[in-house]
Amino acid sequence: MTVLRTSSSPHIHGPNSVPKLMFTVLACLLPALLAHGWFFGAGIAVHLTLACATALGCEALMLSLRDKSRMLFLTDGSALVSATLLCFAIPPLAPWWLTVIGVSFAIVVAKHLYGGLGHNPFNPAMVGYVLLLISFPREMTAWLTPATHSALHYDFGATLDLIFNAGITGVDAVTMASPLDHLRMELSRTHSMVEILNNGELYGRLGGTGWEWVNAMALLGGLLLLWRKIIHWHIPVAMLLALLISAGFFHLLDPGRYSDPMLHLFSGATMLGAFFIATDPVSAATTNRGRLYYGAGIGIITYIIRTWGGYPDGVAFAVLLMNMAAPTLDHFTQPRAFGHGERD
Amino acid sequence: MAEYLLILVSTVLVNNFVLVKFLGLCPFMGVSRKLETAIGMAFATTFVLTLSSICSYLVNHFILVPLDITYLRTISFILVIAVVVQFTEMVVHKTSPLLYQVLGIFLPLITTNCAVLGVALLNVQQELDFFSSALYGFGAAVGFSLVLILFAAMREHIVAADVPLAFRGPAIALITAGLMSMAFMGFSGLVRG
Repeated sequence: MTVLRTSSSPHIHGPNSVPKLMFTVLACLLPALLAHGWFFGAGIAVHLTLACATALGCEALMLSLRDKSRMLFLTDGSALVSATLLCFAIPPLAPWWLTVIGVSFAIVVAKHLYGGLGHNPFNPAMVGYVLLLISFPREMTAWLTPATHSALHYDFGATLDLIFNAGITGVDAVTMASPLDHLRMELSRTHSMVEILNNGELYGRLGGTGWEWVNAMALLGGLLLLWRKIIHWHIPVAMLLALLISAGFFHLLDPGRYSDPMLHLFSGATMLGAFFIATDPVSAATTNRGRLYYGAGIGIITYIIRTWGGYPDGVAFAVLLMNMAAPTLDHFTQPRAFGHGERD
Repeated sequence: MAEYLLILVSTVLVNNFVLVKFLGLCPFMGVSRKLETAIGMAFATTFVLTLSSICSYLVNHFILVPLDITYLRTISFILVIAVVVQFTEMVVHKTSPLLYQVLGIFLPLITTNCAVLGVALLNVQQELDFFSSALYGFGAAVGFSLVLILFAAMREHIVAADVPLAFRGPAIALITAGLMSMAFMGFSGLVRG
């Protein structure tokens, strides 16, 4: 007698799992991370270690407080992705507590108070970054000039010393604003765009020196993500197009006051935001049409905040603002169910 | 024209009444459990806010100032707002009994929405002219409606989330409102002053 085995659907299982997804994302982040470390020195490695340790620690604490399986969630890699993304936004010689505060706020408040992975309405890394930027604007905008142009090279020991012992005063002498920040300040002093771009060694061919490479590498990693089908094309394409069109429009209107669209695409967190942050499957919109609006919204708000706002980069705020709008977008862009009429 | 655009950007985004000035929090928390009611409340409040800022401007300009009784401003504005709300309630009752049912107690409670009185008083304080006052009221209402609707949709999702027991309900809603307020700080600096 043959036994007929029956099981309930689904009968075909996908090979993907959360850990596999998260570690693919981390692998795709690697080129950008290496470029970031190359240009900004050993401080990046120190902060990355610190961030990952804090993230895992907070995750373990919250999981044990909430009586959840610790092994399952600690090894899924989602906390590591948040920590790594946040690391890109922290200046290399920033004091150690900056990373600890940012990461623990991201993991505890933005992720676990909402129920952990899969429930958070806001992108945890961006919540952590925005908290730091609002609370410690001085520490968060003290960027190092990229190593290739800086006369000051720090070895590992000196970096450690600066991060753990020196207050902000010790670091002040060698730091300066990031390219986008610098551009904004100079423009408000009514310098014309050409003057600024020719003046500093802060600017490279496309964007800020160093930053353009980090962005190019993030673009490469993003294309890998697309190829691996981890993310959909809708959000990055809509975001980059919206940024390109709005920057291009104002640049054509007055090239002296509004910067080149390329500078916007290859500076700050643009590429990282487009491929790695905005595409967070939990906090982004989930319908295809919603994704297009969501991405375009991020692009436009990023441009508005960068150009007229008071903060150096708009990507983080834009992502949080569109995170807020994502449930509404989903609600109003529900696709038509098969077999039902055009309306209702 | 640019001046009017600035008023709108300022009231809707930069100085959002709920998330930046923290006015009108009661309906923001109270009517945001369902998206449908939030949308109804948003329209009702927009109507009331715009109308009451126009009426309070007229009352202030043509009654209080000429008679030199500006010390009665607050109480007379409250009266004006109550009248406008009553009028709105009658309109909603006649045009959409269903919405009237759904909004329930919150409709008359627009009277006590501090954003409404806040807008009327701020209009006088900033010495805006007639059209600017109306626009200021309208912008404040649009800003209120925007965050109320977004917040309601978010709360519908959060209800389904695995929130720790101690944070269910209003606690997580207030944390969400705080994070939204943080996100809105990104707009600061768009309009000076």
